[in-house]
Amino acid sequence: MSSPAQNATDQTAQAPINEPTGPAPVRVELLSQPRFLSGARDLVSAISKRCGFDDTACGQMALAVDEALCNVIRHGYDRRGDGKIWVSMWPIEEPGKNPTGVKIVIEDEAKQVDPQKIKSRDLEDVRPGGLGVHIIQQIMNHSYFEKREKIGMRLVMLKTHTNR
Amino acid sequence: MLEVHTQSNAGSIVVTPSGDVDLSCSRELQTHIKKALEGKPKSLVVNLEKVPYMDSSGVATLVEAMQIARKQSTKLVLCGLQDKVRSIFEIARLDRVFTITTDVRAASAS
Repeated sequence: MSSPAQNATDQTAQAPINEPTGPAPVRVELLSQPRFLSGARDLVSAISKRCGFDDTACGQMALAVDEALCNVIRHGYDRRGDGKIWVSMWPIEEPGKNPTGVKIVIEDEAKQVDPQKIKSRDLEDVRPGGLGVHIIQQIMNHSYFEKREKIGMRLVMLKTHTNR
Repeated sequence: MLEVHTQSNAGSIVVTPSGDVDLSCSRELQTHIKKALEGKPKSLVVNLEKVPYMDSSGVATLVEAMQIARKQSTKLVLCGLQDKVRSIFEIARLDRVFTITTDVRAASAS
């Protein structure tokens, strides 16, 4: 994985966390079809559990990934069902120690957008939709969007244990 | 798979979905709720006690229902929210926008 590109947009105010690099120990490819969302949620929840998160945090991280995938399906691929999406996960850890968090990356080959324009809507303006980015920001400690090198977008999300 | 059960009683309707509500099935829930609202009932209760998970597409369906209900003076109440479902309402700060009760009995009395 590349380091955050110049065109990345930091979605959180917290200090960056040291990101794991190298090949992802967990990486799955799925098509842009809503019927596969539940499988992705189960995967994220199970891996997060192995990284030491409690059930509530695992459920919330699964929700964050669900929201990210929904955004790719709806806005990136305009609900086309043949687009490819990759979900990659890395434990955040030092050698020989228990994981202190997890890094999750969502990548696609959908149309590229300016990361600066990916924002949550005003929550006071109650209307259907537009909550995905807000939910991701609220759940994860750190997240940012960036354009992939040639095609598609990348969302990087990091979550650490709060009580370690 | 999402299943939706609708029950009418004396001008009030209770819609009870069963299963996860995500982008794959939120339109199905939307169809049932819109149909329930068509008759302009006095109240509509969406009983979520059998919904272990909901994403923002499900929340959007309920926000849309709330907007329709307000326009036609139907009282909309959500009840039986499980922890994961309550969590998304809290994150979206919609727990203070909707009337939420513990169960159908409390919803009917609200």
